[in-house]
This record gives sequence, structure tokens and C-alpha cells, in this order.
Amino acid sequence: MFGVRVHGRGGQGVVTAAELLSVAAFDEGAHAQAFPSFGSERTGAPVVAFCRIDDKPIRLREPIVEPDAVIIADATLLHQVDVFAGLAPHGYVLVNSSHTSDELGLADLAASLPPDRLLTVPATEIALRHVGRPFPNAVLLGGFAAMSGLLSIDAVTTAIKEHFPGDLGQRNAAAASEAYNYVLAEIKELSNAHAG
Amino acid sequence: MTTTNVKFYQVGSFAVGNRLLDPGMRTVQSDGERSNSINSGHRACQGCGEALGARYALDAAMRATKGQMVAVNATGCLEVFSTPYPETSWQIPWLHSLFGNAPAVATGVAAAMKVKGREDVRVVAQAGDGGTVDIGMGALSGMFERNDDVLFICYDNEAYMNTGVQRSGATPPAARTATTQAVGPEPGNQFGQGKNLPLIAMAHEIPYVATATVADLHDLEAKVDYAMSLHGARYLHVLVPCPLGWGSLSSDTIRLARLAKETGLFPVFEAEHGEVTRSSKIRHLTPVEDYLKPQRRFAHLFGANGNPATVAAVQAIADRNIKRFHLIDENTTGITTGDAAEETGAR
Amino acid sequence: MRTQVEGSQAVAEAVALCRPEVICAYPISPQTHIVEALSAIVKSGRLTPCEYVNVESEFGAMSVAIGSSAAGARTYTATASQGLLFMVEAVYNASGLGLPIVMTVANRAIGAPINIWNDHSDSMSQRDSGWIQLYAEDNQEALDLHIQAFRLAEEISLPVMVCMDGFILTHAVEQVDIPTQEQVDEFLPPYEPRQVLDPDEPVSIGAMVGPEAFTEVRYLAHARQMQALHLIPQIAQDFKQVFGRDSGGLLHPYRIDDADTIVVALGSVVGTIKDVVDAMRDEGIKVGVLGITSFRPFPLDAVRDALAAAKRVVVLEKALAVGIGGIVTANIRMAIDGLDLRTYTVIAGLGGRPITRSSVRSMIESALTESLEQLTFLDLDTELVERELDRNRERRRSGPTAENMLRDLGAVTAGKR
Repeated sequence: MFGVRVHGRGGQGVVTAAELLSVAAFDEGAHAQAFPSFGSERTGAPVVAFCRIDDKPIRLREPIVEPDAVIIADATLLHQVDVFAGLAPHGYVLVNSSHTSDELGLADLAASLPPDRLLTVPATEIALRHVGRPFPNAVLLGGFAAMSGLLSIDAVTTAIKEHFPGDLGQRNAAAASEAYNYVLAEIKELSNAHAG
Repeated sequence: MTTTNVKFYQVGSFAVGNRLLDPGMRTVQSDGERSNSINSGHRACQGCGEALGARYALDAAMRATKGQMVAVNATGCLEVFSTPYPETSWQIPWLHSLFGNAPAVATGVAAAMKVKGREDVRVVAQAGDGGTVDIGMGALSGMFERNDDVLFICYDNEAYMNTGVQRSGATPPAARTATTQAVGPEPGNQFGQGKNLPLIAMAHEIPYVATATVADLHDLEAKVDYAMSLHGARYLHVLVPCPLGWGSLSSDTIRLARLAKETGLFPVFEAEHGEVTRSSKIRHLTPVEDYLKPQRRFAHLFGANGNPATVAAVQAIADRNIKRFHLIDENTTGITTGDAAEETGAR
Repeated sequence: MRTQVEGSQAVAEAVALCRPEVICAYPISPQTHIVEALSAIVKSGRLTPCEYVNVESEFGAMSVAIGSSAAGARTYTATASQGLLFMVEAVYNASGLGLPIVMTVANRAIGAPINIWNDHSDSMSQRDSGWIQLYAEDNQEALDLHIQAFRLAEEISLPVMVCMDGFILTHAVEQVDIPTQEQVDEFLPPYEPRQVLDPDEPVSIGAMVGPEAFTEVRYLAHARQMQALHLIPQIAQDFKQVFGRDSGGLLHPYRIDDADTIVVALGSVVGTIKDVVDAMRDEGIKVGVLGITSFRPFPLDAVRDALAAAKRVVVLEKALAVGIGGIVTANIRMAIDGLDLRTYTVIAGLGGRPITRSSVRSMIESALTESLEQLTFLDLDTELVERELDRNRERRRSGPTAENMLRDLGAVTAGKR
């Protein structure tokens, strides 16, 4: 079973992100369960959503306390909420930011993880360019697909287009694809640096 | 053909004999073919205004709907005396709801009829004043604001009678009830409280709001008939004296209902979409004492320990109603001095 | 059709497939997504003929449902928690009148203190109302039970409450198989009322019944629910025939055959317990879980048969009978009366506290060594409780308990950092 935890703030589409992840996984033949950590509706408050992915039916109903991956939609949460709590050794971390992980003050975490497991992607900027709105959720999923190799970008973009209507769906899918390529490039650069 | 404006004054009670009228103008009650929606054998008290009102209203509704009608009834006197297990006096489809939800249950029946393509089957909901103005208020307002196709009839005897005469939001000021007893510095029900449901209904701007009493059968039947010609939320508020609760003679029920109108204490009018369209004029302006004295619930206002100031306050309410609803016209007799005279002059 | 969708959406689809004629609902978390989805389905014309009534309160909802059902229309509503309590008079009225209304209860805690998260206190508070109560283990079962519920309600002339864990199931996105209209039509015929308001055949419904017949009327209500004990498995069988899967029925036993220790639970937590059972079985520990689907009527005989061979039973409950302890436990004890079986009550998940595998595991391990107390509250923060009790001892005006403890929680957590 693979557990993903998505952190963000109310209004950034965190719940949708987890849902889309589960739909993409389902489309690829896996079992998936997505659910939010429920609270009253409030824009701006910290929100957490979860997605479990497995090759057999998922019966478990507890929050994901030991995630295999953490996606952070809002970097302002990094030093406010313990977003990395329970992260599996060699877990994946994807942060929505145009800064590097060092600049974000994550040097210690970076040291404890393989280099291609802690990555950043400027998801909000990408979203603004494609969609004209600062919603990083769909974009981050593209990045996650690249990073984890768990889902194909096709599954992700299909899920996005099913969820968002018409033009909005196309733009979000394009944004996700850009993030996918961005992260792939990042990974390649890191492995080259490593090799070199 | 010349017409004469005839005023019918017979036996001191303004009764109009049906035999003097065109058959088409006669009351439903005078018709041997009437539905008897609520049949004889019910257990109402002698002189019960509500039994009378329900019979008048429902038979009129049955005629207007050609018998295609369902009645929903809140808990209260009417429900209790009409269905003493194992008998029922209802000859129409009838559903006892709960105390506070007759409007909502009626909404449900109307919705079902609509779905089933049976919108020809009309729905009448009925309750006493308690079930309407107090506990039923939320559901009633909901039914009004959705404009559900229901005629809601409130039989107002101005207190919770079936449970032993306790005060309701419709109990008039100064009236004695079991929970507003004639003791203390302000005996009886407090002034400055209570609600006017017809006005609240009008504020919802529903298609039709009307008040009536059991003293004027033609008027009541005509209003029910008119209401049934409309669709959407409609409200009828009927004053029904209760000999037991009011402490009046069972033979005085109709007379007291008439006096309530003639004093101005119970304005009889119609309104559509929030505007008053017609008001029944007072025939002979009557001081409130004539209405209050025959009722023991107002006994503490009179006699040795009486309270003329309170009676004057009740009179002030009547005077206000007269002005507000334009209850006096050039035909009104019995006007002596003061505001009432001005009122006539203005009209 | 297999699809990945939110539990609420799945239930809305299932309800729509049942061709309800009147839907009346008042919004309350966490049922809102169900009624929102249904309002769109009706408004768009996809479900027709159907009247969707936006009622003014939950009491209004059940009242409209009563009027509608009495007039012969298949009727549905949904609520939770405070909303269920607000309609209680009408809830009893519906069952007393024998109206086959189906209602979803998106299980949520009852306040005070106000809490929007999941537990079973709402539906448990209505266990004696005369409604049939079915608890869904997952979203597939949640949607399936609604279809079975209409059939059950209409056959037996009793209203049915389908309980599904609020948020945990209603807001979880998972895989479900949504049936076709043809399948549902085959399984669920149009509603033929036993009693109906009809001008052509007038009847009076809702008469007062005095001492001379009240007992008999109530006896019949009980007898009818007991009939449901036979009908429920039958309907589940028929369901399997048409839809091809096991869903519903009275109980969901899992690896109980040779189990020494059986955990009993209702709703979604059964899934978590199954994971723990599998892990412990891999280690050779003979443990199983008995999920109860039909809580009312309570399947006394079936439960007795299921538990008879075990040594101990741990009843994990998401509700609490203040002043005595367990609710489900009391029902279980009735079933196993006379058998040599230890029972333990574990109150868990109140107000949405997550029930984790590790806590469930510890609970079972304690039971195995008979070191579990008769009544325990899973993951209870005793320090928090003690601090409030200290406050109470110190001064008379100790302040509102809930607020004090919340403040403490902040302090305690801060202290730990």
C-alpha cells in the first residue's frame, strides 16, 4: 500500500488533489481511497487530505500517519504544521515552491532523503500561466506522477479533464503536463550531477 | 329590473334564511347533498365553534374540489373529538399529523399528488391556534415561503383548549387561561404579547389570506370556495368560540363570534399577495364590553374588583383595528363620538 | 458500472435509481453532498417524476416525508446528528404509522459539545424508535443497502434507516459498482401502499388509540420488525441474484469460525479491524471480527450462533450510554445470555477520533491476556481528564468543561514540543 498525504490551505484544492490522485490510480487498475481530514469549511486554514493506493481492496479507515509521500501545496505551512510527521524513510516530498529546498530551510530533511525524493515545483506559477488562477492542486499531481513513477501522466491528465469542465480541464491538464516535465528534468539534472 | 339593497335583520342575529335566496346562492350547509366531511357522532362539546367551523369549511372545500381532497389535521381538539378510537367521523381521506407539522405533512401530500399526476386532488391542512401560531409556526412559514399548494385553515379559539385551556400566542390580552390566571397586578394574559398570524401570512405574500368567523356562514363558505379556485399557499384564519375555554354559554357561540367582528376586535378581511383586498364592514359598532361580559375568561375585568382601565385598553385595540383595516363604512350604525365618527367621515 | 466516486455521490446515484417520487431534505454536515447531488439530479430532469422539497428544518423533512408516503409516494430523506434529534417526534410517528420511508443517517456525534465528526450516537439514540437500522461497512454496501432498504421498507411497511459513517464513508472517494436502471427496476418494483390517502377510498390515518388497543398495536410493530429478521437475508439473497455480489444481510462475520477472540463492531471500522485480524492471524493468533449490519431488528439468534464457540468478545462501540456504559454490548449480552463468554466494552472513535490499527491491536492483545477492563475508552487521555477534575476540586466556578480541556490540549501539546 502506498500512502500520500497532501497538505495545503482551505481553498487551494487539496481535497480535490487527493481525489484526483485516487481517480488516476483507479483508471490504471489500482484500488484507491481518498479522504480529507475533515474540518469545518474555512478558506485559508491548514487542510490535510489523504490518498491510499493499493493493488487490492482497501479496508483500512485511519488517517495516514506514516505516508510514503507528502505533497505540500502551500510552503507557508512548512514551519507551521508538522507536515513531515511519520514520513517513511526514503519517502517522497514534493513542495509547491519556486525556491530550492535549501532556500526553504529544508536542508536537514534533504540530507536524510535521497536527492530525487525531495523536490520543488513552482506549481502556483505554472497554474497562473495555464489556467490564470493560483490553484496548484492539479499541477502538483503532474509533478507527483513524475516523481513517484506510480502513475502515468496520461492517467493524471485524464482524471483532471474528467473533473474540470471543458477548457478549464484542458488548461489544468496542460499545466500538470508541464509540471510533469519540469520534475522529470529536475530528476535528470540531479542524477547527472550525481553521476558527474 | 330594479335591485334593492336589502339588509337582512332577523331575530336580532342577522341570520339570513336560505329559502329567501336564489338556489345558486344558498349555502353548502343548506344542501342535502353536502359531503358531511365531518359526520355526526363526533365528541365535541355542545356549542363547539371549531366543530362548526370545520364542518362549514370542509364541506365547502369538498364542493369546490368536487370531492377530490385530502385533509391533514394537527393534534388538537378537532383531531381528538373527531377520531375517538375505534371510530372516525371523517368521510374524507384524513391524516393526523403531529402537533407542530400539519403544514409540512400537507406539503408532503401535495408533493406526492403532483408527482402522481393527481394535482386535481387538493390538500387542506387544519390546526387550532396552538398548532398554527406557536408550535406549527416554523413549518407554516416554510410552507408559505415555498408557496406549496395547500390551503391551511386555523381554527382559532385563542388557547390550547384540548389540554385544559392554556395560553397560546393567539390568546388575547387580559384573557384568563390556566397559565395566565386572573391573579396578581396584571390578571389574565399580558398586553403587548401575541402574534397576528393573518398579518404574518400576508408578509409572506402568499396568494390568499383571509379571516372569517362561524357567525357568517356565507362569508366563510365563499372564502373557502375562492381559496380553492387558487393554487399555491393559502391561509384562512377562522375565529371559533369555545364555550368551555371562554366560559360562555354553548348557545352563545355564534353570537360571540359576531360580536368579535362587530366590536372590531376580530377584523374580517381578505388579502392577496400581501395587500388587503376587502374587509367586511361592521354593521353596528359595538363596545367591547358587550363582547367581553358574556365570557367568564374576562370576568375579572368587571364587577366590584373590575378594571375599567384594562377594558379601555382592550377598546383601544378594537379602535386600532377599525382604523387599520377600515372596518367602518357609511352603512355602519351605532357610531356615537370620537375616532369612529372620524373614520366614517373619512370614508 | 465501476467508478471511483465519493460515497455521498454513490448513495445519491443509488437513491435516484430507486425512482423516489418525493425527496425532502434539510442540509446538515456530513449529509449535504447526498442531498445536493439529488437536487441536481432532480432539477436537471434526470430523475422524473420527482418532487424535491427544500424543507425548513429536519422536523419539516420527516413531516413532509410522512405526508408524501401516506399519499402513496416513494419517499426519501437524509440527516445526521442534531438533525435526527430535531425530527424525533416525527421519526416515531413514521414508524408508528408504518410508512416505508427510507432515510440515510450520515452518522455523526451529538452535542453538546458540538462536534461534526463521526460516531454512532445519533442512530443509536433512535434504536428503539421502531425504524429498521442497517449499518454499511463501506461505500459499496452503503449504496447497495439503500436499494435493499426501499424493497425491505415497502414489503414490511416499516421505515428504514441506512447508517453510514459521516465523513469516513460519505466523504471518502473509493471504487464502487453503480448498478444499471434495469437491474434496480428488476429488483425493486413500484411502490404499492398498504394504506393510502385516496379520495376514491377515504380512510382516516393517525387515530388516537387508548389503553384498549395500544399494546396490540405496539406488539404488531415489534412482530413486524422480527419478521424482518427473515426478510433481510432473503432480500440480500435476491440482491445477489440480480446484482452479483454479497451485500447487506444480518451480519458480516470474518474469520470467526475458530476464533477464540471475536471483536464485534458496526460500520466502517470493521474494515480496519479486518486488517488487524489478518495481521494477527498471520502470527497464529485466533482472532476474528463480527460486523453487525442489521442492528434493528437485532439478530439475537444469529449473533449467538456466531459467538458461541469463542472464549471472549470485545465489543468496539462508537457510542456511549452515559451512566451505564455500552449500548451494543448490552444487546450482545442479551444474545449470548447463558453462554460462558467474557465480554469487554471498548468505547472508541467518539466525536471522530481515529481508530488506528495499532490501538485496535493493543486492545485485542489486552483482551487475550484478560488484562482489558470491563469498560474502557480507547486512547483516553487521562491526563486531560485529571486536570479538569483538579480544576473542579479547586474551585466552584471552574468554568465550562469543554473549553477548559481544549485550552489544556493546547497547553499540553505546547508543553510537549
